[in-house]
Amino acid sequence: MTTAPVNKPDNTIEDPSNRPKLILNHTDFGSVTTDILRANESPKPPKSWYFALAVSFTMMSMLGLMIGYLLLTGVGVWGNNNPVAWGYPIVNFVFWVGIGHAGTLISAILFLFRQKWRTAINRFAEAMTIFAVICAGTFPGIHIGRVWLAYWLFPIPNQMDMWPQFRSPLLWDVFAVGTYFTVSLLFWYLGMVPDLATMRDRATTKTKQLVYGIFSLGWRGSMRHWHRYERAYLLLAALATPLVLSVHSVVSFDFAVAQLPGWHTTIFPPYFVAGAIFSGFAMVMTLAIPARQLWGLKNFITMRHLENMCKIVLFTGSIVGYAYAMEFFIAWYSGEIYESFTFINRAFGPYGWAYWIMVSCNVVTPQIFWFKKARNNIAIIFTASLFINVGMWFERFVIVVTSLANDFLPSSWGMYEPTWVDVLTFLGSFGLFMTFFLLFIRYLPILAIAELKAIMPIADPHGHGHSYNEMTSETDAQAELAEEDE
Amino acid sequence: MNEVTSNNVDRENLYGLAAEFTTTPAIYHAAEKANAAGFKWFDCLVPFPVHGLDRVMGVKMTILPILVFFGGMMGLTAACVLQIFTNSLEFDFWALLPVVGYQYDVSGKPLLAAAAFVPVAFEMTVLFSALTAVFGTMFLNKLPMFYHPTLKHEALARATDDRFFLIIEARDPKFSYEEVEAFMLSLNPETVIELEK
Repeated sequence: MTTAPVNKPDNTIEDPSNRPKLILNHTDFGSVTTDILRANESPKPPKSWYFALAVSFTMMSMLGLMIGYLLLTGVGVWGNNNPVAWGYPIVNFVFWVGIGHAGTLISAILFLFRQKWRTAINRFAEAMTIFAVICAGTFPGIHIGRVWLAYWLFPIPNQMDMWPQFRSPLLWDVFAVGTYFTVSLLFWYLGMVPDLATMRDRATTKTKQLVYGIFSLGWRGSMRHWHRYERAYLLLAALATPLVLSVHSVVSFDFAVAQLPGWHTTIFPPYFVAGAIFSGFAMVMTLAIPARQLWGLKNFITMRHLENMCKIVLFTGSIVGYAYAMEFFIAWYSGEIYESFTFINRAFGPYGWAYWIMVSCNVVTPQIFWFKKARNNIAIIFTASLFINVGMWFERFVIVVTSLANDFLPSSWGMYEPTWVDVLTFLGSFGLFMTFFLLFIRYLPILAIAELKAIMPIADPHGHGHSYNEMTSETDAQAELAEEDE
Repeated sequence: MNEVTSNNVDRENLYGLAAEFTTTPAIYHAAEKANAAGFKWFDCLVPFPVHGLDRVMGVKMTILPILVFFGGMMGLTAACVLQIFTNSLEFDFWALLPVVGYQYDVSGKPLLAAAAFVPVAFEMTVLFSALTAVFGTMFLNKLPMFYHPTLKHEALARATDDRFFLIIEARDPKFSYEEVEAFMLSLNPETVIELEK
């Protein structure tokens, strides 16, 4: 949609004497507002948006139907059995919680590390986090079997004098995921208030003005407010940083605290956290690439941003690869026959195909990002991110299913096969996720407008750019490029 | 432009005067001068936090971090009390509280398992701190507030887009229309706007 030339000048060049520009082809605040909100303010979104929404909504309805069918019939409609009592629902839960980790990583950890490129991607990564956690929360909710008793998970006084078991990792999960959802929602909303005020002030219809007006809480941009707001944002970032590391650690305790071979290992918390960030970033890329195209945001989500994300994916993917190798090493080094058997069984047993999908997607695929050519090629980035999404789902499948299916005594072994209800429920959760996401990009500020303005060179009140973008004007940039060509 | 857009607001009803600027250095220096001139009831409306502007305005460090600390401590206490009371054996002072411990005997492991209570205690500390940070900011900023003189004037809508405003309120003890107007014009603003209460 933006007519301005895209990614010219090239901001992926590494030159220590010149900090790369993070916002291209914009030299004033007004055009940043207009260009980011163009898609929101246009009377009609592109046709592809309607098409995507129709598909997502259909898939979401399918999720509703599947849950309805499950409730009316019972958990027998799933492939879950004894010994594999966890099956798809828990695989999907861990998968979605993992996806939900990138948002808070970008908004909190990268904020504390002063990584200013995060401002272009934090808003929709946070939104993605919230929607992914909603999807994640659905699965344990329906997996408990008697859904009408889901409130037993919470410490609510009742006539039976019954309380939850606080020494169980499954209950820690309730608190970890609950806290994570609440804090992510607050972080997202707090960050959005000034941008909602921008939308309120630019609203063209009474309804928009009223709705954005209510949600922007009467924000008027007072510097006295900004002072407290900035402090609150910093505090939330500092709180969310250990939180994001704790959430997937707690999820990994669900496995690590059990005694099953293949689960009972101390490497699980860091391994799960790295995997979560890995899958989350892959999902951010999967969504960012079409979104920047459709919504005309290539000047804000530049190649530099995608390249940085590729580097994080390469790093976390390598940690995941190391964890896979270390699990095998320890299985052998421990001398434990069950542990050794489990790992050999994972790679060469009946579920070996899933193991090798996992390894090729998660360990081999990201290695392509060692090459700058690959990091700067949209098609490669997008394909790799899809592979990683698939690989990370299979990682959870391998962990959940193989350890349960073949544990200690062969007499208690049992194979697992998903039913059509399992598969459609999982696909339906993508519908839920995408429906929320599509509504978000249409009706809410997709990028953090105020934060983006603050990293522009002209935002520096001392007039000389010691801020992040050294050069702004096109001519400067082109002169710079010409120099480099020589 | 350098002129006052007169809305013919009568002096009784005057909330204050607003000077409009287009650049961050301009608002920065304007705020610095307003603070130096001894105004107390003045503010800057800006589309994003301008670095160092709060400092030159003389804004005191907020007490928010202290509130958040106590919020966190409250969460920690709540989590410990909740876990100990609901999972433990009966205590003598049990009768004082309508809470009865539910004793799960799992392989004879201790009911008061300090290590097992850490994750929930941590999560609730973070939860309460975060809630305090967000609602504390709203409380200290007196938000939501859906009516405000600065939200009323059309020109000030650009404060959330690309303009920067210095506002000096009429209730300031040093406020006199002529002097503030002269002061604002000396800052070389785009316009000076009268704001109605």
